[in-house]
Amino acid sequence: MTKYSALSLLRGAFNGQSHWQPAWRDPEPKPSYDVVIIGGGGHGLATAFYLAKVHGITNVAVIEKGYIGGGNVGRNTTIVRSNYRLEPLSRFYEFSLKLWEGLSDDLNYNVMFSPRGALTLGHSDADMIRLAEKGDAMAVQGIDAELLTRDQVMKLEPCLDFSRQARFPIEGAMIQWRGGTARHDAVAWGFARGADSRGVDIIQKCEVTGMVMDGNRVVGVETTRGRINAGTVAICAAGHSGHVAAMAGLKLPVESQTLQAMVTEGVKPMVNTVVMTQSLHCYISQSDKGGIVFGGDPDNWPSYAQRGQPVTMELAVQQGLALIPALSRLRMLRCWAGVTDMSFDGSPIIGTTPVDGLWINGGWCYGGFKATPGSGYLFAHSLAHGRPHEIVEPFSLDRFERGSPVDENGTGPFPNHR
Amino acid sequence: MKLIPCPHCGNRAQAEFVYERTADSVVPLDAAPEVAVAALFTRANLRGVEEEIWRHTYGCGSWMLIRRDRVSHAIEWVKPIGPKVLP
Amino acid sequence: MTGQINFTFDGRALTAKPGQTLAAALLDNGIKLVGRSFKYHRPRGILSAGIEEPNALVTVGSGGRTEPNTRATDLFVYEGLVATSQNRWPSLSSDLGSALQLVSRALPAGFYYKTFFGPPKLWLFYEKFIRRAAGLGPAPAEIDPDRYAQRAAFCDVLVVGSGPAGLIAARDAVRAGKKVFLVEQDAELAPSLLRDPQEIDGKQGRAWAGEIATEVRTSGGRVLTRTSASGLWDDQFVCLSEKLVEPGQVPVNGFTQRYWHVRAGEVVLATGAIERPLTFANNDRPGVMLSQSVRTYVNRFGVVPGKRVVVATTNDDGYLTAKALRQAGAEVIAVLDSRPAPVGGDSEFAVFNAAAPVTAKGGKNGVTGLVADVDGTTQTFACDLIAMSGGFTPVVHLHMQAGGKLDWDEAAQAFVPGASRWNVRTVGLAAQPAPAETVGATGAAKQAFVDFQNDVTVADLDLAWREGYRSVEHLKRYTTLGMATDQGKTGNMAALDRIARREGMTVPEAGLTTFRPPYTPVSMGALAGMGTGEHAQPTRRPALYDLHAAKDPIWLNAGYWKRPRAYPIGAETLAQAGLREARAVRSSVGMCDVSTLAKFEVQGPDAVQFLERVCQTTVGKLAVGRGRYTFMAREDGLVFDDGTVWRLEENRYLLTSSTGGASRMATWLSYVRNHLCADLKVSVVCVQEHYAAMAVAGPQSSAVMAALTGEEAPRHMSVVEAKIAGAPVLVMAASFSGERAFEVHFDASHAEAVWRAIEAEGCCPYGLEAMELLRIEKGHMVVGTDIDGRLTAGELGLGKMVSKAGTWIGAATLQRPDFADPLRKQFVGLVALDGGSIPEGSMLVRFIGGEAEGHVTGSGLRVLEGGSIAIGHLKGGQARHGEDLYAWSPTRKQKAKVRVTSPHFYDPAGERYRD
Repeated sequence: MTKYSALSLLRGAFNGQSHWQPAWRDPEPKPSYDVVIIGGGGHGLATAFYLAKVHGITNVAVIEKGYIGGGNVGRNTTIVRSNYRLEPLSRFYEFSLKLWEGLSDDLNYNVMFSPRGALTLGHSDADMIRLAEKGDAMAVQGIDAELLTRDQVMKLEPCLDFSRQARFPIEGAMIQWRGGTARHDAVAWGFARGADSRGVDIIQKCEVTGMVMDGNRVVGVETTRGRINAGTVAICAAGHSGHVAAMAGLKLPVESQTLQAMVTEGVKPMVNTVVMTQSLHCYISQSDKGGIVFGGDPDNWPSYAQRGQPVTMELAVQQGLALIPALSRLRMLRCWAGVTDMSFDGSPIIGTTPVDGLWINGGWCYGGFKATPGSGYLFAHSLAHGRPHEIVEPFSLDRFERGSPVDENGTGPFPNHR
Repeated sequence: MKLIPCPHCGNRAQAEFVYERTADSVVPLDAAPEVAVAALFTRANLRGVEEEIWRHTYGCGSWMLIRRDRVSHAIEWVKPIGPKVLP
Repeated sequence: MTGQINFTFDGRALTAKPGQTLAAALLDNGIKLVGRSFKYHRPRGILSAGIEEPNALVTVGSGGRTEPNTRATDLFVYEGLVATSQNRWPSLSSDLGSALQLVSRALPAGFYYKTFFGPPKLWLFYEKFIRRAAGLGPAPAEIDPDRYAQRAAFCDVLVVGSGPAGLIAARDAVRAGKKVFLVEQDAELAPSLLRDPQEIDGKQGRAWAGEIATEVRTSGGRVLTRTSASGLWDDQFVCLSEKLVEPGQVPVNGFTQRYWHVRAGEVVLATGAIERPLTFANNDRPGVMLSQSVRTYVNRFGVVPGKRVVVATTNDDGYLTAKALRQAGAEVIAVLDSRPAPVGGDSEFAVFNAAAPVTAKGGKNGVTGLVADVDGTTQTFACDLIAMSGGFTPVVHLHMQAGGKLDWDEAAQAFVPGASRWNVRTVGLAAQPAPAETVGATGAAKQAFVDFQNDVTVADLDLAWREGYRSVEHLKRYTTLGMATDQGKTGNMAALDRIARREGMTVPEAGLTTFRPPYTPVSMGALAGMGTGEHAQPTRRPALYDLHAAKDPIWLNAGYWKRPRAYPIGAETLAQAGLREARAVRSSVGMCDVSTLAKFEVQGPDAVQFLERVCQTTVGKLAVGRGRYTFMAREDGLVFDDGTVWRLEENRYLLTSSTGGASRMATWLSYVRNHLCADLKVSVVCVQEHYAAMAVAGPQSSAVMAALTGEEAPRHMSVVEAKIAGAPVLVMAASFSGERAFEVHFDASHAEAVWRAIEAEGCCPYGLEAMELLRIEKGHMVVGTDIDGRLTAGELGLGKMVSKAGTWIGAATLQRPDFADPLRKQFVGLVALDGGSIPEGSMLVRFIGGEAEGHVTGSGLRVLEGGSIAIGHLKGGQARHGEDLYAWSPTRKQKAKVRVTSPHFYDPAGERYRD
């Protein structure tokens, strides 16, 4: 692996940048691996990386039906934060956020983690109390959270509509300064390069078509490139979790829905933080290339189409413009959609399944990107030790039948009621 | 944006309708706990054809069962749901 | 076409001829340098004459009409147009950013992934400079003064593109009796006939086009020019973005654009094809243009962009350009044809076969020559314009957005539409592009540009491939190919061609990126239409709104509702007014608008059976004229709403529930009725807005009600029919405040008369602030904070009221084992021990720094005697009464020592409800 550095780039200036080696190999699948990870997205690749790096487990294959990073890790709004109300969630996402802070160096791949602040606007006194409650719940655990007055918000994000007549008047905000954005593709590629260099086989264009079972134990997978035996099979298939789990006869507490995002043409810096709100369903940040990145609500009905509905997207724009009226003259350049695995309490699912040897990592709803390093690290730890890491214990698959949902919004088991 | 053939109104834009749940997640009244928990907390979630309950919320308000492909969004059929009209 | 139009470019006063685009006018004024590229700030001119333009981006307009990144080729000059070049400092011609070209050798594709390591703060520092350098046009700062209309429409056939193929499709459809929409992104119909004038059906082309347009219009259809079909979704749902005036121009009637939602029976795509550049060194210099575009400038706009021209082509189109240029008086130095043998024997030009451009010479002010490879030998031609044609890429974007498949056309070396998913068909050049060959890249790979705007070169593609970014999506994302404002309309095919050639694959094997909406960028203002600003979400006003407004209250946005929060007198603050109003209720009598409560009439012989499914309490035991408090569980067994249920008649009930949960409850009741209780004889009707309602509360409320109705007030939890001010009312004796109180419900049309009558009895109007104080002191819960969807009835302290019959929905799932855990959260009261207030939302901890065991859901005070109290959720709280804790808010730097108590602080025995 060529080490990445400014010096190496400079060296390349004199050799036509000809010294760079492939970031990952393109190996043929071996007949057998200790661990087979289904899904070459952020979570699958991160799991493989930490299995190899932290636990020395390198006889690992990541199997991807298309190209790595082609799912949700490459089609999100790149937001990283740990500002959750419920303790199991903030604890998990804070663990992940700490990994983000060292990730570029860890991977020797600049993932451009930009802690520019995750700003949540409050539009009423009630909003401000809910934000304080969330902030207090975080701060009690030592997670950074600060309440901002209206004047402080005005200094930070002058582009917002601060008029008193605004439909969503701004009363203040909560900010998590350590939150921000990262370059989404780089996360997938950095984990892939790191895993590959430690011996993990990343096998692209290889679709899992079935599970090889021995009684109640999974012992391998059937793929479009033949059978691959496995000591352990780990599902990291995001929106397709349910489809893959069905191959082992499992039904999951997950429904797959479409979530859209969009980006405008690039302009010079105008939005400084990640702007979210307590009452609205849109979130806005500006990419390093200058595009204003928008996200909105999911379409709220099951779909595997990676194609969102125009009216959902228009609604997000309406709310975004109400917050930042000056966006009106910018143009939407591109919108895209991902298939999200909406779990039945809004929280992820990490852990064992009723099938021996089969583990699952899914149910990320629309929050999986920021979880990527934490999810990979803790899932790898769980796989290596044969039992769930303590931080992910609240996210077990059986929590629904036991009666211990982790329901951040308190809206109950139907994702579309959220 | 799909057209959904409402059994009462005919073809209407999907934005007039609200998806409620899959047909297999209806919890029958007085179901045993394990039946209710299974219906409520597990889904086939097929990458293919399923039956779903929708409502023409921003139209006539009636409920319907839709058999639909979740990849192509193609609708196979729509059936009305609800109490039988009394004579 | 007479007269001149005045405009400015970078402050320079210039004139244009009517009908010219900004690009045409700039060329006409001899301006070749128009912009700077995104990454290296390379000087750029005008490549094309259409929406595919990657280079000539300008900022137009001023103030709130400033529109950055506007394509000079897609902007028709208007009087007073102000255009400014972008991404340069201090000026277009001497741009400091162009120094980046000097270090470009150290900045290959994806260089930023390989450097800028260190702690995140350091990246934040670098990022500041990177962000300033990136980003093209200026960030808008002012509010847009113009409006954007939106419109929905239906048609039988929507034709996209008004070239000959589109016009014929439109004409045929009209003649078959169809209602037709014809959409053209240009300002003129059939722009290809302006570029290449010809006769059709024995008529001059433009006249022919005009006749068909008239036919469409007179048959009830529409012809929309300056309109882009930006997206095509399921079942022929098409979004159109129509420019009513040009970007930055002051609109006539306030509207600058119109955005259409059109549902078409059939969509005909006559979207044509986009010419492909050739890939050679310095192919991005001002003065290197697309062949067809050159012809557009010559024939349509009357501008000859060069005097000495070299045409480089892989197909027959280049010869048309050579002819047009010669006719216009330019000298055609050479025609370089990639094909080995002469085609068609056309010898009027100096044609070189098996020839390809290698390196353009010249700088920011235009090309001066071209080094070419002619059948293996190097030749140099002096010229000031290079017109190139690398074949044609059919515009298949909408076809693909609509789920269509693509086929590979070997003769044209292009993807063409295959099977469609919906009723969409493609005609004309988009379906059958002209034959062309591809020649691959020539010249120095580091200077041969594939994506002009994002500065992606052949060397970048090669590097990405070498580094393993081989899926087209990887290649695209790693190099940023096709991600600029032109979305790769000119560059993507050249990139695929490069990969295919170096790996010995076919282009389809190399892959294809997906086309995502919109086809061309759409103004955010147009997408939002009138649904933004104050209309970004509905505003709901209760029936009594005007009466409240007359008192100038402090308003509260409660969901969509506008509700009075307090009615301050004089200089009273919110807190002062709220306390005064609450004290009025405790000591005499107050009145409060509670119209927004959810209300449902449940009728029929099976009404009780239905209600005992949705309510966790019994309902059947109620006598006629009586009511009770009730609460509802979700299917997962957890409480999600509460309210009251009243038996008005033998088989007629009124159910109330929370304002905030009203639409959720309406859906839920409808679901239960239609899906689970379809056999019951019951009707459930939402009457939320049919009835206005007022609460009259306080020790004197009974007397007030008696005076108003002329009858004795009903006893607590009873309901009677009466009349107030001549209006029929329901008087329900129920209390949310802890005082003897009544809810008066009546037809919303009588709102004013009833309100005035009650007020005339000396009732003090109170708002939600006072209501909060009163209900917290009484320990009544509200939906959203106390009833937060995470607790069971038992945990909320309602266990004794739960119906033992267990017919209610959710009873089964509540038997799950973890609900038996005594350390789950429970509803408690909290009393401040040290005099200070208890911060709402704060965490309950045993010691400062300890872990949160619960939180404060509502905070208030003893209304009459003072002293802070609160309610909250606490782990195992029902067994912890008497324990001392801290309510700690680290974000507000507040804390209060509190004692856990029963939440019922005020009149726990309910003695004040009795008369």
